[in-house]
Amino acid sequence: MAMGLNHYLVLGALLFTIGVVGIFLNRRNVILIMMSIELILLAVNINFVAFSRFMNHVDGQIITFFVLTVAAAEAAIGLAILVAFFRNRSTIDVEEIDSMKG
Amino acid sequence: MTVADIIFYLFATLAVLAALGVVGSRNPVHSVLFLVLTFFSTAGLFVLIGAEFLAAVLVMVYMGAVAILFLFVVMMLDVDFARLRRESVRYLPLGLTVGFVMFVELGFMVAHHHWDKAVSGLDTVNNTLAIGQVLYTRYLYPFEVASLILLVALIGAVALTHRERKRVHRQDIAKQLARTKEDAVELRKVASGEGA
Repeated sequence: MAMGLNHYLVLGALLFTIGVVGIFLNRRNVILIMMSIELILLAVNINFVAFSRFMNHVDGQIITFFVLTVAAAEAAIGLAILVAFFRNRSTIDVEEIDSMKG
Repeated sequence: MTVADIIFYLFATLAVLAALGVVGSRNPVHSVLFLVLTFFSTAGLFVLIGAEFLAAVLVMVYMGAVAILFLFVVMMLDVDFARLRRESVRYLPLGLTVGFVMFVELGFMVAHHHWDKAVSGLDTVNNTLAIGQVLYTRYLYPFEVASLILLVALIGAVALTHRERKRVHRQDIAKQLARTKEDAVELRKVASGEGA
């Protein structure tokens, strides 16, 4: 059985699902939620690269490149916000991040 | 089964197990290390599929920068992670249900769609050259915007985490240069024998 597109798509679907379950499972810990988001983005990247390869078109890899850029920026900003929040409130519990709720 | 198949299954299994480790691990430091392993396995898969440039970028950007950033934050913040996890089992049935439904839907789509044009890629030039040829021509403006996004993220992260410390004495060069002899030195005539 040769390695086809479907193998990579199923792997991407598995990683995506694990990421979504991770958000549910760790729904109070912001750091683990962000790691789950990274997993989801990774799954998307796997799909893009697999399609790019099997459709013989390099554009999918370019999109992956941009997804990587945005993911890196998002992680940096998110963690900076987290550090600033932790300094003020001494917690990262999602349930207690509600100061803007009216 | 060819060697490529075995390598695919090896890296794919490793990636899935490491992703489960990220989600399920009790210690967040272990979660970060599992995240690194997931990225590493994916980089291996990218090499296998012929996307060497992205594999290298994944290793440098994700494993070298993003994962280390996570590690720093996890270790720097003094958080009681056990307290945050205490009720997580309560959400497990809901999470598994949503995950199961989502996976079945995705699997259904993959299984019932035939990508007729799907042919194994046969590049005539190497992968990095092919990306470079497109990235700096057709995608030049998105590429520049991506660099701007990174610049904004850089400045934003510094601005968010920077704080003025009150009790730290810093050298203020402008203040030093603004001093004159008149404000700094006072000359007094002291009578002989009265100086303390």
